[in-house]
Amino acid sequence: MTREEIIQPGNLVYQKPELMNDVQMHYCPGCSHGVVHKLVAEVIAEMGMEDKTIGVSPVGCAVFAYRYLDIDWEEAAHGRAPALATACKRLWPDHLVFTYQGDGDLGCIGLAETVHALNRGENITIIFINNAIYGMTGGQMAPTTLMGMKTATCPFGRDPELHGYPLKITEMAAQLEGTAYVTRQSVQSVAAIRKCKKAIRHAFENSMNGKGSNLIEVVSTCNSGWKMSPVKANKWMEEHMFDYYNIGDLKDSEAKH
Amino acid sequence: MAEEKEILLMKGNEAIAHAAIRCGCDGYFGYPITPQSEVLETLALLKPWETTGMVVLQAESEVASINMLYGGGGSGKRVMTSSSSPGVALMQEGIAYMAGAEVPGLIVNVQRGGPGLGTIQPSQSDYNQATRGGGNGDYHVIVLAPNSVQEMADFVDLGFELAFRYRNPAMILSDGVIGQMMEKVILPPLKPRRTNEQIYEECPWAANGHGLKKRGPNVITSLELESAAMEKRNLHLQKKYAECEEKEVRFEEQYCEDADYIIVAFGSASRISQKAMDNMREQGLKVGLFRPITLWPFPSKELKRLSEKVKGMLVVEINAGMMVFDVQAAVEYSIPVQHFGRLGGIVPDPDEIVQAMEKLRKVAK
Repeated sequence: MTREEIIQPGNLVYQKPELMNDVQMHYCPGCSHGVVHKLVAEVIAEMGMEDKTIGVSPVGCAVFAYRYLDIDWEEAAHGRAPALATACKRLWPDHLVFTYQGDGDLGCIGLAETVHALNRGENITIIFINNAIYGMTGGQMAPTTLMGMKTATCPFGRDPELHGYPLKITEMAAQLEGTAYVTRQSVQSVAAIRKCKKAIRHAFENSMNGKGSNLIEVVSTCNSGWKMSPVKANKWMEEHMFDYYNIGDLKDSEAKH
Repeated sequence: MAEEKEILLMKGNEAIAHAAIRCGCDGYFGYPITPQSEVLETLALLKPWETTGMVVLQAESEVASINMLYGGGGSGKRVMTSSSSPGVALMQEGIAYMAGAEVPGLIVNVQRGGPGLGTIQPSQSDYNQATRGGGNGDYHVIVLAPNSVQEMADFVDLGFELAFRYRNPAMILSDGVIGQMMEKVILPPLKPRRTNEQIYEECPWAANGHGLKKRGPNVITSLELESAAMEKRNLHLQKKYAECEEKEVRFEEQYCEDADYIIVAFGSASRISQKAMDNMREQGLKVGLFRPITLWPFPSKELKRLSEKVKGMLVVEINAGMMVFDVQAAVEYSIPVQHFGRLGGIVPDPDEIVQAMEKLRKVAK
């Protein structure tokens, strides 16, 4: 069999989603962002919502998310993405509106906007990348940094006396009346990626069906911030992050019983 | 809904709410603060979401309100907020983002005294913040200063028109006097909200997904890491501001033709100054009143022209002296320009203005 015979549309098993362009990503090799971007692009296309989607990008590593996915975007100020999304969805009720935020953006400076948008039951989806560190600014402590974890601003490890405790935002969100679907996922393996994609689809469908607000936390790695190889970072995440940030659905008001 | 041309009696804040519904506003996002809470309260009572389809939302903070404006305006919708001084201070970050990303939107500031929590009584001490661009970076907000309940109603539509014409935030800089006082008003004619098709045509830049398959993505952002590109973007903004300064200056003159002295005042200070002027005219003193309606762009050329035939100008503001520097610069320090104002929420008395004019006349001959 020749190479040309193999490269046929009928033999296609994988391709880059159409909504992902060829712009070179600024993410570090091994970063989880690229995978989650891909899943978002796939789900939007599979739902046929390309020309009725408004994405809201954050401040943090995903600040340039708008460069990589060919949909319409609004780039928010640090932490304010859920406020932008609230207005977009209320003004364009038949549109798919989502935010894409990191732990500092969502869990620290934008906690008020996040909690209130979720609690109002805005028909939006918040995709929350939790890698327990500020990646863009060079590896400082995040609200989700684990106890004892070393960062540039807690070089001797996170100490509750000095820094307080890592924030379980997703658990908080599950307590809010306005949320329809609250889940914690990861993307370190093929199985995890498939589950995460299902979660994104479920959340996007909820927001289109007026079921309320949706939060998908993706426990992620920041191998450069953590100063580990990508493989080691994945292993470290499984061994340390999952103990504190348990993977799975925390709330699903639309679950089939 | 009021009949066409019907004369109504209402507060300035209420007029803002009625006018918003009548001029096709798509969404209002706000947070309660004295002395402007009647705007949100009136909208809540009028329930425009059942008539015109206008969205009304009480946000969790002024920070959230202005970012809702950024989001909604960035998608091409006519959106507005209102607040008072401390709340507008909180909004400055969002306003800078809107200016940087060229997002239209309307902000109403019913000013109260500061600094800090200050007082709930009227003031005009946000003049510098409003006219200089109170956030970070080189930008301007188009600032309209109403001096009556009628203008509160009229400037909502004008504010939206200017905001969309220049893709820039516009502000109605009012104060506690104009917001709280009741006056006769004829509400603007009912104008339907634009259809989505009209929005697509008017705002091809907006992020709402429309026509995505036939064009590249629309991205609303103020971010540009490359210096050369960022300078280019800034020069584009400056060019737009220059055009705005050329075309959008608005002002009102009263008895300026034969005047020896001119009072320069905006908003509620202009109403009090009008009384002071009338009193001085009765005593035979030729005093005129010049009222900037746009505080940015500022009517500098018109003041310069007037300075060539008057002996002095008295700038009356309810602050410690802010617009006075713009007037001095406008007349190029060619004639005496003095300031009179009261602080802390105290509104000046016409007699005090007459006394201030007597002081000016001693140095300006």
